[in-house]
Amino acid sequence: MKRRILLKGTAASASLVAAAAAGLLIPFRLLAGDWPQTAFESDDAGDAIKDYFGDAAVVDSDQVVIKAPLQAENGAVVPIKVTTTLANVESMAIIVEKNPMPFVASLDVLSGASGAIFSTRVKMGQTSPVTCLVKAGGKLHRASQVVKVTVGGCGG
Amino acid sequence: MATKMKIKKAKDGGYQALVLAKHPMETGNRKDKKTGKKIPKHFIQTMTFHLNGTPVAQANLSQGVSKNPLIGVSLSGANSGDKVSVNWIDNTGGTGSVEATVKSRQPWKD
Repeated sequence: MKRRILLKGTAASASLVAAAAAGLLIPFRLLAGDWPQTAFESDDAGDAIKDYFGDAAVVDSDQVVIKAPLQAENGAVVPIKVTTTLANVESMAIIVEKNPMPFVASLDVLSGASGAIFSTRVKMGQTSPVTCLVKAGGKLHRASQVVKVTVGGCGG
Repeated sequence: MATKMKIKKAKDGGYQALVLAKHPMETGNRKDKKTGKKIPKHFIQTMTFHLNGTPVAQANLSQGVSKNPLIGVSLSGANSGDKVSVNWIDNTGGTGSVEATVKSRQPWKD
């Protein structure tokens, strides 16, 4: 048993060293794209969207599905899952409209990935619509859902 | 700061990588109760997903993402045996990474 653990550890650390040598552990930020600072620091959802996605037509789409609680028990941890059946997804973003900085998270989909699922947990300051935008085929496909936030207490 | 990853089968038949990173994700608005000063922003900015060494997706996060972020991303075209590696970098230059292999159950052999 101990021999197995030792071998596993050695193999794991060996692959880590090999990966590091191959440059895999270096943050790929520059390769994939820099952190979209302007979008994230904007206090206006519309400006943030334009900044991140550029000027693209926005269409409401039922091919973008948001899974989020109707009511969040804890505004500090609200699980949001975006799924889409659209093809050629380039990027997606999660926007909490009433947050001081509404642009909360985004995903750049590089070639080889589908962008079919993106999930995260966000902070919400108050009851607000949560909008998800998916850029595919040159258009922004939008879906939105209101999430109620009760600060303290058991809802209702 | 540990980072964990689980690779699950997704409903569409592909795989989904779920990454849990231990990180405070400070907004910069919280005050230190002892000093009364604001705790500076400290959050993961980018998290890059690689499949067999090729970057396939990059999640951009902000201080609006919850503490200890749990990020889920679909991996299309992933097959059993593929290596998935994720690394992230935060606004202070801190980094984290995790690696896992896509596994699937062995079918019954005749």
